[in-house]
Amino acid sequence: MSTAHPSFHGRSRLDPEPLPRRDFLGLAALWSAAAALAFAAVGALRLPKAAVLPSPSKKFRVQLPESLAAGEAFVPPGRSVALFRDTQGVFAVSTVCTHLGCIVKPTPHGFDCPCHGSQFAADGSVVRGPAPAPLPWLAVSSLGGGSILVDEGSTVPAGTKVAV
Amino acid sequence: MSAAASNGGLAQLWANLRAAPRRLRETMFRSGSPVSDRARSTFIFGNVFLHLHPARVHRWSLRWPTTWGLGMIALAAFLVTLVTGVLLMFYYKPYPEVAYESIKNIHFVVPTGRFMRNIHRWAAHVMVIAVLAHMARVFFTAAYRRPREFNWLIGMGLLVTTLGLSFSGYLLPWDQLAYWAITIGANIAQSPREVTDALNLTSSFDPGGLNKVLLLGAEEVGEEALIRFYLFHVMLLPLILVALLAVHFWRIRKDGGLARPANAEQRLGPPHPATYPVFTEAPQKTYHLAAIVRGRTPAVGNGPEATVPAMPHLLYGELALFMLTVGICLVLSVLFNAPLKELANPAVPENPAKAPWYFLGLQELVSFSAFMGGIGIPTIVLIGLGLIPYLDREEAGTGEWFGGPGGGALVARAAVFGLTAAVALEAFAIHFGWLRQWWPEVPQLLITAFNPGTVLTAIYAAYSLWLVRRHNSTRAGALGLFTCFLAGFVVLTVIGTYFRGPNWEFYWSPAHWPGH
Repeated sequence: MSTAHPSFHGRSRLDPEPLPRRDFLGLAALWSAAAALAFAAVGALRLPKAAVLPSPSKKFRVQLPESLAAGEAFVPPGRSVALFRDTQGVFAVSTVCTHLGCIVKPTPHGFDCPCHGSQFAADGSVVRGPAPAPLPWLAVSSLGGGSILVDEGSTVPAGTKVAV
Repeated sequence: MSAAASNGGLAQLWANLRAAPRRLRETMFRSGSPVSDRARSTFIFGNVFLHLHPARVHRWSLRWPTTWGLGMIALAAFLVTLVTGVLLMFYYKPYPEVAYESIKNIHFVVPTGRFMRNIHRWAAHVMVIAVLAHMARVFFTAAYRRPREFNWLIGMGLLVTTLGLSFSGYLLPWDQLAYWAITIGANIAQSPREVTDALNLTSSFDPGGLNKVLLLGAEEVGEEALIRFYLFHVMLLPLILVALLAVHFWRIRKDGGLARPANAEQRLGPPHPATYPVFTEAPQKTYHLAAIVRGRTPAVGNGPEATVPAMPHLLYGELALFMLTVGICLVLSVLFNAPLKELANPAVPENPAKAPWYFLGLQELVSFSAFMGGIGIPTIVLIGLGLIPYLDREEAGTGEWFGGPGGGALVARAAVFGLTAAVALEAFAIHFGWLRQWWPEVPQLLITAFNPGTVLTAIYAAYSLWLVRRHNSTRAGALGLFTCFLAGFVVLTVIGTYFRGPNWEFYWSPAHWPGH
């Protein structure tokens, strides 16, 4: 051999092999650890997003009071729905504020939100305040005998009234 | 075996037994009493709990006006909440309604329970105030500059974690206050829908919904939300806080202690006679620790005059601040009970439903737009604060209160400007209303982008840019921006706390609230 730096393996320290074994093992350890951490992080972040959310039935049955006048709201106890009855029929407006989820209170002119001052007209449209959307109307159906089935989980276009 | 040898063994055993207490003390505290300068140093770095301190500390760092002890007060308040929080966990049960009962038990039945809960509550408030004040101190003394930029970011992480701890603790009593504050908070997390709904994207791209589901584990605040908030409050956030604290403290040491002006030593004057010099002349010979430390060895050109042993000077000061904090919490806890309202009722919100006071500025902002007030503007503020050390890279005034071009006068003018702008804008919005009252059909996106909150942010940003130009200095702009941020925070918080009543209407005083 006629190289300037002869060595035992035919290579010199100034002319090392392209990827020494030590470096290969180090890089493999580094990247496998990084990949494992990345996958573990994804898995750990995936865990808190529940596959099945608790979804209790949002349907309930209610009897409207005989004395309910047109334009007057009836809020069944413990529910976030205001029920109305006029000559065209019965309809339900959600009382969950579209701003930040407080329960709005029926007033003679519509609904007021206690948390951030949003005001809604009787048909649910926003009159003032920060609410970005009107109060949704909810599906109602008549069960006969003045009994009403309200589904808080499904919305209908505003103006949908159901004859009883 | 002879009797004599056996007696000798027993005598030795007896002697060892008698010496055991002394030996125990010596093995525990290896350096003996801290009577000499050397023993004082080993007292610090030979102790696992104390060795985060330097053995000697610069006299400038010990001056009262350098820090006002604010960081230490924040740490002390955290330690108080840690101890009282662990005690409360003996009785607290994280399940709806049961939780409320258990808090009532703690309040009325558990020995010292009410007192512990009061201390926990008020220490949390002290911690929030101290963290904010500490941040203001670091900013106004320009202590965020090189090489401390990154520690400023760690500090911001600590601020956010502190607020997260306060917020997550708010749900645990499961009373009306808790339920509605968390309902509002969860809907703020969901508020990107304000934008995605307006753009008709929500069905395909819904970060807001994801936020809410991750936070609550359900669509509404219920048992899943309570167990999550409990987990955040007692485990996840404290772990994050402790990790960040460790880095924060370690960086203080590694970044060269507290920031001080270049001429600190002349201004301090001759050292107190009671300091113990280790050596009397500043070494002039330079040493390099090759490949380990950049630059010269730290002692070159620095005599011992400016430093004093951390034990006792720093440690006793810290202990005094700790006792001050404990004292404040105790006095507050004797005078005021932590609030506990009625059991949470998902059908009837509090009216007005108010968050804890330090979130009322945010609540004021979300009463203009949920997304901008709850997420947009806070994000802009955090980014702005985080950029400060990277945008202001000047050197004049480091370690000085209101150091930099303009100084205290500029800060005073910026405070007046910030207060005036916030009050004027609020007065306008309260008196004349905003877009929707004028044009009911206005698109939501326009309100999201253009509301009193965003206008105020834009005014502050413009004012700060104007200061940069006028003084030809990034520090002047930073001073203006931070002062305006504080002024806006104060104005919004005061309005939210004292001038908002039922339906979030403006009232001059709670005495004018209608009965309800």
